[in-house]
Parts: sequence; C-alpha cells; structure tokens
Amino acid sequence: MSDAPKKVCGLSKYADDLSAPGMLIGRILHSPHAHARIRSIDTSKAEALEGVKGVATSKDAPNTYGILPIGHDERAFALGKVRFIGDNVAAVAAVSAEIAERALDLIEVDYEILPAYFDPLESMKAETNWIHEDKPHNIEKEYHHEFGSVEEGFAQAAFVREQRYYAGEVNHAAMEPNATLAIWEPGDRLTVHSSTQVPFSVHRSISEVCEMPMSRVRVIKPMVGGGFGAKSEPIPIEVEAAVLAKMTKRPVKLLYTREEVFLAHRGRPRTIVDLKMGFTSEGKISAVAARVVQDGGAYCGFGPVTVLYSGALLGAIYDTPNVRFDGYRVITNKPACGAMRGHGTVNVRFAFESMLDELARDAGIDPAELRRRNLLHAPCRTANGLRVTSYGLPECIEKVVERSGWNEKKGKLPPGRGIGIACSHYVSGAANPIVRSNLPHTTVHIKLDRDAGVTLYSGASEIGQGSDTMQIQIVAEVLGVRPSRIKLVSADTELTPVDLGSYSSRVTFMAGNACIEAAQGMRDQILAAVAEKFRSRPADFEIRDEMVVSKSDPSQRMSFDEAVLCALDFHGALVAKGTYTPPEDSRGGKFKGAGVGPAPSYSYSAQTAEVSVDTETGHVTIHRIVAAHDCGRALNPLTVHGQIIGSVYMGLGQAMQEEMVWDGGRLMNPGLLEYRIASIVETPPIESIIVESHDPEGPFGAKEAGEGSLAATIPAVANAIFDAVGVRLREVPFTPDRILTALQEKRKQERAAKTIGGAR
Amino acid sequence: MKELIRLRVNGELREAAVEPQKLLLDVLREDLALTGAKRGCDDSSCGACAILIDGVPMLSCVAIASCYQGAEICTVEGIAPPGTLDPAQQGFAEGGGSQCGFCTAGFVISTKALLDGNPNPSLEEIREALSGNLCRCTGYMQIYDSVKIAIERGEAARSAEVARAPGGR
Repeated sequence: MSDAPKKVCGLSKYADDLSAPGMLIGRILHSPHAHARIRSIDTSKAEALEGVKGVATSKDAPNTYGILPIGHDERAFALGKVRFIGDNVAAVAAVSAEIAERALDLIEVDYEILPAYFDPLESMKAETNWIHEDKPHNIEKEYHHEFGSVEEGFAQAAFVREQRYYAGEVNHAAMEPNATLAIWEPGDRLTVHSSTQVPFSVHRSISEVCEMPMSRVRVIKPMVGGGFGAKSEPIPIEVEAAVLAKMTKRPVKLLYTREEVFLAHRGRPRTIVDLKMGFTSEGKISAVAARVVQDGGAYCGFGPVTVLYSGALLGAIYDTPNVRFDGYRVITNKPACGAMRGHGTVNVRFAFESMLDELARDAGIDPAELRRRNLLHAPCRTANGLRVTSYGLPECIEKVVERSGWNEKKGKLPPGRGIGIACSHYVSGAANPIVRSNLPHTTVHIKLDRDAGVTLYSGASEIGQGSDTMQIQIVAEVLGVRPSRIKLVSADTELTPVDLGSYSSRVTFMAGNACIEAAQGMRDQILAAVAEKFRSRPADFEIRDEMVVSKSDPSQRMSFDEAVLCALDFHGALVAKGTYTPPEDSRGGKFKGAGVGPAPSYSYSAQTAEVSVDTETGHVTIHRIVAAHDCGRALNPLTVHGQIIGSVYMGLGQAMQEEMVWDGGRLMNPGLLEYRIASIVETPPIESIIVESHDPEGPFGAKEAGEGSLAATIPAVANAIFDAVGVRLREVPFTPDRILTALQEKRKQERAAKTIGGAR
Repeated sequence: MKELIRLRVNGELREAAVEPQKLLLDVLREDLALTGAKRGCDDSSCGACAILIDGVPMLSCVAIASCYQGAEICTVEGIAPPGTLDPAQQGFAEGGGSQCGFCTAGFVISTKALLDGNPNPSLEEIREALSGNLCRCTGYMQIYDSVKIAIERGEAARSAEVARAPGGR
C-alpha cells in the first residue's frame, strides 16, 4: 500500500501521536450507575485544584447530537440523568494527566438511583422509568415489513422450520483506542484531529455541540488504527475534547483507555432472532419470516439502521419471493451499540444459513446444492426492491466447493470432524445518505501545476482498508502515469470536498468512481492542449506510461511533464472535479425504512469451514476456512485478500470466543485479554479466493470487499460443528461449555429414545 | 518531583526530566517524540508498544524508564539507518502484514528479534515469536507472508554482504 513505508518505520501519525504547544490533557468522569437521576454536580473543588484549567459538564454543552437526524439523543455530558455505567458526566482539562485524574476524584455528583433494564425482552415490557422519557416501553424503533405473501409461501412449503437464535454482543476492538486532539486557535477557530471514519459527520456534530458555524471548525482525520464501524459516528471523546478546548482556549488531548473504548462501544448488539423458513419439495425457498430484537444499549447511535439492515438483507441474497420482517431496536442501560463490520446483517445471516443447513437435511439435499437452487439471476430486483446488477455468488459457491474438497468430505469425514458451508452478502455503499440531501456522496478535486505532480483532494477516510492506495491507483491508471506521481490530500474538512465517510463499504465504489471522473476531466484538458500543439484532434491522443502519444502518428508525442506545461499555458494550474451520486433506480422503495438496504451494488461470499470437536472438552479446532468473495474486480488483489481474511478472522472471533459479558449493567471483560481477541496462535489457516463479477457501474467493475465475508463465517462453523458431532448450536459464541451442554442434551435424548424403544 | 534520566535510544544518548515512576513507553512518546511504539491496551496484552532492550523484545508499557539507563534501547524508528528499511520492515511493507499500521511497530520489532536470532524460522517458531502481538485487521495470514518476505530479504542482504566483504565471492 502507498502508505506502508511510513507505517513500518513508525513514522505515520495517529491522533495520539500528535501534540500542540501548550496542550492540556483531559480525563472523563463516567457514571458508576446504570440508571440514575443526577440531583447535583459540584465541580468547585476540582476547579480549585492547581493545574486544572477547565471542568466541563452538561451546562457547558447542553445541545444534543447523534449520527442519525432522527437520533440526536446524546450530549457531550449527561443532562438530568445517566443511562449506563460509563455514561459521560464531566471532563477535566489540566496541565498533566495526573492532575486531571486527581480532579475527577474531587467532582461531587449526587445521584438518585433508578431501576435499570439490562435485558431487551424485559426492557420492552417496561411501563415506568423509561430510559428516554420520549421512547415509550424503551423501544427505539420498530419496523414491520412484508413483501409478497408469507402466508401463501408457507402454504406452498413442504418443509418448514421455526427456531430461535441468539448472538452475543461483540466489540470491534480496533487496535487504536480513540483519541482526539482539539486545538483552539486565534480568531475563534477550532481544529480537531480525531480517530474517525467520518470526519464530515464529526465536523457537523462539533459545530452543533460547540455552537460554532461549521466554517470555523476544521476536522482532520490523521492515520486511523482500525475502525470496523467503531469510529463511524461521532464519539463522546470527540465532542468532549472540542468542548474543553473551547472552554480553556487551549489545545486539549483526550485518549480513551481500552476500558473506555468498550464503554463508548458502538459494537454489534446482542440479538435474538426468531426465524421461520419454508421450502418447497424441490428445495426452493417459499417464505421467510423473522422477528429480530436487538439490545441497543442506552443511546440511539446507528440503531434504527442496524435493525433495518437485518430485515433488508435477510431475503436478498437468494431468490426469496415472500419475506416478513419484524424488527425491534430496544433501549437498555448499557453502552450504545452501533455499526460493526457487516452492519446488521451478521446475526440474521447466522440464523438464516444455519436453518438452511437444517432444511437441507430435512429435504435430503446437499447444502451446497440447496444454495444453488435458490440463486438470483442478475440483473434483477429482490422482493424488497433491491437492485442487483452483478452476482458472483454462483462462482463463489463453486470455488469453495472445489477448493475445500466439499464433495469428497461432506458427510464422509471421520466422527468428530465435519465440514460446513454458508454464504453472505453486503452492500457496496448505501444508496441513500444518512442526512437526506441532493449532494453527491463523494466529490474529489484534482490539481495539476507546473511541477507536474498530480494532487488529489479527497475527503475519503483511509482507516487501514487501503482506500488512499485505491484512489491513487485509479487516478494514475486514468491519467496514464506512475502512482508515485500522485499526491493525496485526504480527509480534511478544510481542504478536501465532502465524502460521507468510511462506512457501509462505500469508498471504493463511490470515491473510486469520483476519482475516475475527475481524472478523465484532467486527462481531457491535457489532451486538448497537446492536440492543439500538434494541430490535431484530442481524441487522437492517449497517455500511456507517462507519455502523451498520437494514436495515428506515434511521432507526435511528448512527455507528461511537457504536456502539463503545454496545458498550463494561458490557464495556470489546472483543476478537475469528479463526483459520485448513486443512480435514482438504486435507491429503493418508498415505504417506511426503505432507505436502508438499497445500494448501487452488492458483494457476495461463500465459505466452508472444516472443524474437529473434542466431545470430552467441548473444544472446537478449526482446521481451515476457505472463503470466496465476489468483489466485482480486485483493483488491488493484495488488499482484497487482506480484507477477506480480516473479515473471516473477525467472524471467527464472534463465532468462537468473543462476547461482552455483563453482570447487570457492569461489563465484566473490558480488556483485550479478558475479551479475548484471537492472537496468531488461535487463528487457523484462512484461504481467500477472489471472484470477479465485473459490476457494470463499479469503478473498473469493482465493488465491496471489506465486510461481506464476515457473516458467512459464523454459520459455516455452526454447520461444520453439526456435521462433526450432530449438535446444532443456536447461540453464538460456540464456547466449549455450550458445546458440552448440547452434547449432553443430545446423549440424554438418545438415551430416552432407546428407553422408550426398549419399553415397547 | 522530576528527575533527570539518561537513556541510550536508537544509538543516541538522550536526556529527559521525568517522574520517577514514568513508563518507558510514555517517555519515548511524550519526552523523546518517538511515537512509533503505541498504546493499544490497559493490560499489557496487545504488544503494540514493543521495543528492543539489549536486543530482546520487551513491552515498554510495563517498563519503568529510569530502570533502563545504561541499556541499549531500540525502537521501530531506529532499527535501520535513516532512509533504509530493515528486512522485517520490508516484509511488512510488501506482504500486506500492515493494514491500519497501529500494531505494525510491535510486529516489526518481534520479527526483527526473531530473525536476528534465527534467520530461517519454522512456521511454528514464527507463530511463537509473534504470539504476544495482537492484530485486528489482517487475520495474520499476510503477517506470515510478510515474515517470509523478511526472511528472503534478510538472506539476500547477507549474501550481498558476503559478496562485498574482502575475500568474498
């Protein structure tokens, strides 16, 4: 990747690597109670401590903010009451971290403890003490959709199953804890360097919370140490640093501890999926009905979007004529959940693909074959109106079947060993923006001056996924020059045009297309000037390997540097602009909640998992994962492989060991050791296969690569465990205790069956 | 009360006035402006702060800076002469072992320490040597690839050195 040399030398600057003259250090006071009214806050003793320069509470920043226009329910500091252990109560800026920490101890808060809700199914029955007074029964949002007729679909079914599935709550655990450096500058301006995937959303929120016009606020995204969705909405640390900087008129840095990262959270919610599916005797899906309850935590965040994704993509990977979805986003007294890799689609995909496996068994059809019988035929529209333009799933299935030795292994492995298959898909960018507007989703500028260095100004946010490299590659390709000629200025609200951010796997598709348009505009200007010089037509010229050459007369040629000077004559520096707006017909239907799910394109994945289960200990060994992913076209195969493998790795974490464990409202494992993200030792061989379906609208045919593979991993493992030992795990993660319990239950049932048989 | 400490870092003698209990990671990052080593956790589990102390990889987040006066401290910024890359760095730059890059300094340090002592490690030895470093991006497969590239680059560099040496090939 273009930024790799700096990274490997330790010279890349992340938010916490930055400092400013006169910088203060901030610390945050968090709530010790899950749900409590704040009777009073006394900060006088903290303010009196030598070295303390500012103490901020809700009175200093009462405005609400939030990523969704319908979900502005957070404040920099809790006003009136706290809603989870870890909620933000106050913050101190001081000349040293030690003094800031001592000052926190001097803040006196008088709380009146309220009853709290930790279980979503209980919380949604609440009649009193609602967590947000304006959200009756603690329901953030509920949606009820039906496409086709589920009743008719089930009537046609030869096989029907109905089951409940649970998926535990997980956190992104990006290696970089969130950090923000907010710098107050003369002339009442604020510059904020922050670990974010969405600098332009942070820009808006800081403007709202600090009551400053956006024109006086600048947000810069430095290098970001992983996001996975954790940094895809404004996070309390960002607005708090801004408030403290404005208050003290000094630079203020805030850095989360790892525990604070878990409390800021925005991870994948604990989800309860009640799924019913029907199959015809030919093995065709005839109806799907799902009721999904998500434990959203105390604030809205991306919540309604998360639950809508669960429904929108539920029946959109296979040909599914009849779909019903009932989704509930429930508020509880725990940290707010949000977007996490595979946003909203992962836990329902686990349920869906697990049930497919069970139905395949019922129908006596090979699970890979069953999936083949239910494929879409692109171009097409799904029952809920999603436009599918390219569909590499058939090839993904064939590739993993072949590479894994599926036909030789399925049902033929020795006892205790098994193989499973599952598929998944994901949006390649959201066709509708978070804040409704007619603005393009990405705009980029290219500037070319007499040094003949091409400068690309793009708001797109590199977070480790390789988007900077992708944009440089595209511009270089279109202009016919070496990538090293391209300089990139990125993700700075003052210098770069708006890009909506790095979420919903949108950057390659959207910023990539904008880069093509801008580079073509620049190329046309250069070719026009060269053609004029040779008294020829621009269409007769092309740029290849840094040379502008006539196609009809190769003697008419000049170097790129000469061509640039030629084009600059009488014009000065050249500029070109490119934008991307999703086409009208990709934006979905008109019903409530229709805005979430539509995408200009979709990625597809198939995976196999081969496992062994130790029936004495319940331990599962993953021998091998084979993952094929349809990314449209791999613009940078090294990076695409890295994204597929990384997605599978994260899916394996959720499948096998990761889970946020709660004692009431207290998180019991807020550290990387206790939360147990897998090291190299626990990570099995993962083989990635790139499938290229050449999307008609993607940049050079490319689409999403960074998220879609995750969701297939969990059910592929569940299905492999069933193949190995005949137990069906319907609760994630598949920990040894759950496997042992399932094995004991199976033995009990087998014994009971024998006894009954013997009594006859 | 701060005290003056002297540390030999990346071959240079550096001085800093620090609190007696200040961690080496914080001294490197805050007092010496060497921000390559990172803080990724609260419980010494992530390995992003790894540095070499007398050639041995150590976590700088659990080392008291004043205890390492007189030791040879090497951070990721100093493992190769300016403008050049150590084979471990070449491996991670080319092999995809560095995505977001936040854990990279730690992995590079662990890889360098491994290859300095064992230029041609087995897969198992690589796994063992990198078991104290967490990466959330790569799923580790391209980290194996990166270490393999580092092994090749190291071999090539040694052959070139032999060839250049007086009486060499």
